[in-house]
Amino acid sequence: MKKPAIRALAIALACLPFAAAADTVTVVTSFPKEITTAYKKAFEAKYPNDKVEILNKNTAAGIAYVREQAAGSRPDVFWASAPDAFEVLANANLLQKIGPGNPAIPAKVGNYPVNDPQGFYRGQALAGYGLMWNTRYVKANNLPEPKEWADLVKPVYFGHLAISSPSRSGTTHLTVETILQGEGWNKGWEQLLAICANSAAITERSFGVPDGVNNGQFGIGLVIDFFGLAAKNSGLPVEFVYPSVTAIVPANIALIDGAKAKDAGMRFIDYTLSEEGQMLLLDPKISRLPVLPSVYAKAPAGYPNPFGGQIQAKVNFDSNLSESRYYVVVSLFDQQITFRHKELAAAMKAINDADKRMGGKKSAQLDEARKLLLTPVVDEKQAADAKLLALFKAKKTDAEASKAKAKVEEEWAAKSKANYAKAAELASSAK
Amino acid sequence: MTTGIQLRTHPGIVAIALAIAAFLVAFLVIPVVAVVYTAFSDGQGGFTLAHFSAFSEISLMRESFANSLYVAGMTVGLGTLIAVPLAYLTVRFQFRGAILVQTLGVLPLVMPAFVGAAAMQLLFGRSGSVNLLLKDAFGVTLPLMDGLNGVIFVETLHYFPFILLNLSAALANIDSSMEEAAQNLGASGWRLFMKVVFPLSMPGYVAGASLVFIKVFDDLGTPLVLNVTNMLAPQAYLRVTSIGLEDPIGYVICVILVAFSIGAMGGSWWFVKRRDYALVSRGGVQAPKRKLTPWQTFLAYGWIGGMLLLVLSPHLGILLLSFSKVWSFTVLPEQFTLGHFATVFTESKQMIWNTFLYCGLAALIDVVIGTAIAYIVLRTKLPGRQILDHLVTVALAMPGLVLGIGYLRTFKGVELPFGGGALTASWVIFVLAYAVRRLPYALRSCMAALTQVHPALEEAAENLGAGRWSTIRRVVIPLMMGGILAGFVTSFITAAAEISETILLTSRESLAPMSYGIYLYFQSVLGRGPGAALGVIAVALVAFGTYLSHRLVAANSPHQSGGGK
Repeated sequence: MKKPAIRALAIALACLPFAAAADTVTVVTSFPKEITTAYKKAFEAKYPNDKVEILNKNTAAGIAYVREQAAGSRPDVFWASAPDAFEVLANANLLQKIGPGNPAIPAKVGNYPVNDPQGFYRGQALAGYGLMWNTRYVKANNLPEPKEWADLVKPVYFGHLAISSPSRSGTTHLTVETILQGEGWNKGWEQLLAICANSAAITERSFGVPDGVNNGQFGIGLVIDFFGLAAKNSGLPVEFVYPSVTAIVPANIALIDGAKAKDAGMRFIDYTLSEEGQMLLLDPKISRLPVLPSVYAKAPAGYPNPFGGQIQAKVNFDSNLSESRYYVVVSLFDQQITFRHKELAAAMKAINDADKRMGGKKSAQLDEARKLLLTPVVDEKQAADAKLLALFKAKKTDAEASKAKAKVEEEWAAKSKANYAKAAELASSAK
Repeated sequence: MTTGIQLRTHPGIVAIALAIAAFLVAFLVIPVVAVVYTAFSDGQGGFTLAHFSAFSEISLMRESFANSLYVAGMTVGLGTLIAVPLAYLTVRFQFRGAILVQTLGVLPLVMPAFVGAAAMQLLFGRSGSVNLLLKDAFGVTLPLMDGLNGVIFVETLHYFPFILLNLSAALANIDSSMEEAAQNLGASGWRLFMKVVFPLSMPGYVAGASLVFIKVFDDLGTPLVLNVTNMLAPQAYLRVTSIGLEDPIGYVICVILVAFSIGAMGGSWWFVKRRDYALVSRGGVQAPKRKLTPWQTFLAYGWIGGMLLLVLSPHLGILLLSFSKVWSFTVLPEQFTLGHFATVFTESKQMIWNTFLYCGLAALIDVVIGTAIAYIVLRTKLPGRQILDHLVTVALAMPGLVLGIGYLRTFKGVELPFGGGALTASWVIFVLAYAVRRLPYALRSCMAALTQVHPALEEAAENLGAGRWSTIRRVVIPLMMGGILAGFVTSFITAAAEISETILLTSRESLAPMSYGIYLYFQSVLGRGPGAALGVIAVALVAFGTYLSHRLVAANSPHQSGGGK
């Protein structure tokens, strides 16, 4: 019995998926399988000597992964939505300057540069943020179809929305930052808190929102456009709109410094920006917005075109501002919303009930409750405080800093919890 | 059993024992110690409890801890509610549905909990089939899948068989005279059960319940698929992947997981030892099976039917999902397609192959080591031979997540020879991780098989002039073959369904086995269909393997010569 076993072992060993040969492009990406598989297939067909290896990680885990690899054995390409992620990598000297690519790609969309002005990363597709809803769910629950973020704060949507947490999803962080920049810190948080209070769930990854809307667990979700468009174009009963407070921001691609297979990595990046590579974005299952304007001529009718003025993007996204307060925004969202969602939603319900009970009558007590519920525990000035920002950017191994940070976070959490409890109490005793 | 066969210690045996010990130390002890060390280390080599106090100061961590305890406790409670009537029914009553109950005990185990979880959302979720029907008929919905409820629901349906199987075995062992005595003294019905039968079957129940508790406590895949992160295992995973391998909180969670695992297993062992459960005439007369009244029969079938329907729901759900094109806000899918299977077979062949490769090699390592340890423990007098057995038992108590994190930490920067690249980024790490964690199953199987081989047979071979090695090769191993194969299959299928370690260790898609593939598909907007299709393939594989191992064990047992005990 031994010999066949040895032979089987030898055969098995011979067919093993051996790690990276010289011409393997390793791509770290947060994109779903539909996109990565399409690019992998097309690229390998065009360059038969190259192989593409996909490392699917959410944006934060992707950054952590690249950081932890030694120079020389790092993956080659980083491909994700959030521009801040690329800033983080560039600041950590983990990206190589590659400058702009395909000259047919315009330098700007709206006021936003398509490629990194410093040349560390290139825009590969454009993305806007919007609202996606399940038409059947909305009909069954008699919900009005939303048009703007501001619509979602209404009581009628209570328990029907879904949003992801920015700490777990780069795209959600962009949505949150877009609302904060578009509406201002206080009004933005007020809107966000109300939307989240109306949410049935704060999901773990950005995909959890479109997934739940697709199968009807949630009515309306805040998503990046391609989630909504891809589902709609694949025949699911969903709709998608861009609200006016949206920013069109490029999803980026970059070459990692200290990569194993630089040349092949560069080939892959150039391919994604070529006409051929850009055409792949129009696949109904992918449904992303190309950065190459000529491709839109070949798109099906009704395909949104950010170069044609169809999407009214009012917000000029400031990625420096976004990056500078990234950790504070993300942590504040988690402490005040994600981890306290139950209390937040309960207080919102108490306010809605009180409102109903009093037939819409004005009440100082109820206004007070609303204010407690919808005010961020960190104001704009504090959020821009250099000391606070530095604390959140400190290295994880710095025990002092991480302890101080944990203390700050704990204060936010405790304050939020107290505010929600007070709001619920005020609302239920409002007359 | 200490007959005339050679019991002196052969140098070859010593070498093999040392090699196995080295393997276990390198791939089990060191990684776990590294995790524990990191949790207590201040970074300069000193001892500190600062990370634990940091952990306890983070309210999310306290909440996660409480949630994990709550979910595991509730699962044990609900699992008990399901399992106790079923076990009592089959063991104590004349009842034709016994085969149905046995089926109930196996069905959930062939479906990895996290695979079923995705389908359960479509059946029992907010707008799942059941709630849509309920809403239509009565205007109410049940929050069966909301947050922690969903985890409890899915885990209960998956793990109650552990309680059922252990409890049934214990019940079957109770001497009927105890029950008769109780009945003569006037006890009957509920009182008889609570005062006599249940306490006597306590060891079996505790063994099953503690196993369920730790399995649920450690589970990573199910909460992640259900989008629940405020539990310990998901928090450890999130900390380690998004903050990095340096984050101490992740290790603190690991230490807690390990402590609970060891505590629950040790506790159940202690519980059984502490009390004297021996019956005067053990295994004597089995209790005569009582007859059910028509009413009771009706209730019994009703209960079993209901349970069967529940237990089958993830299977049906995943099957429906794998064939459905659009399933959104409707009771059943409205369009069907074979496309998902086509997608899986074109895109994910590599993953299916990887599963066969990793699990096959891991199971091979397991039975080789298992056979060797069984032989060393049962047939030699090598000093300290029990240590090997105990070390392997430790692997049983190690959560996959902990071992996975331990591997990433310990083997970071270790390069494979011959330019194979980093160990942690290669396929080898999967084989090692699966082999170590599945070793206890293979070892039990090999031990049982060797116990059934009467030493007289070896003696006879040696009397006829065969040397020790040829006796092992020509006599012992062939006689053990049934058990070895059963061990191989058990290791293989449990490794194929593994997700906690797999999620952690998968660094690139081409290395991913099927279980990761299912998880990955579930993470993409249009991926539920293909994910379910891959899930169906995995379930079919595990079901076939389970059937095979049952057949192997059944085919092997008539040969037993009763020599072991």
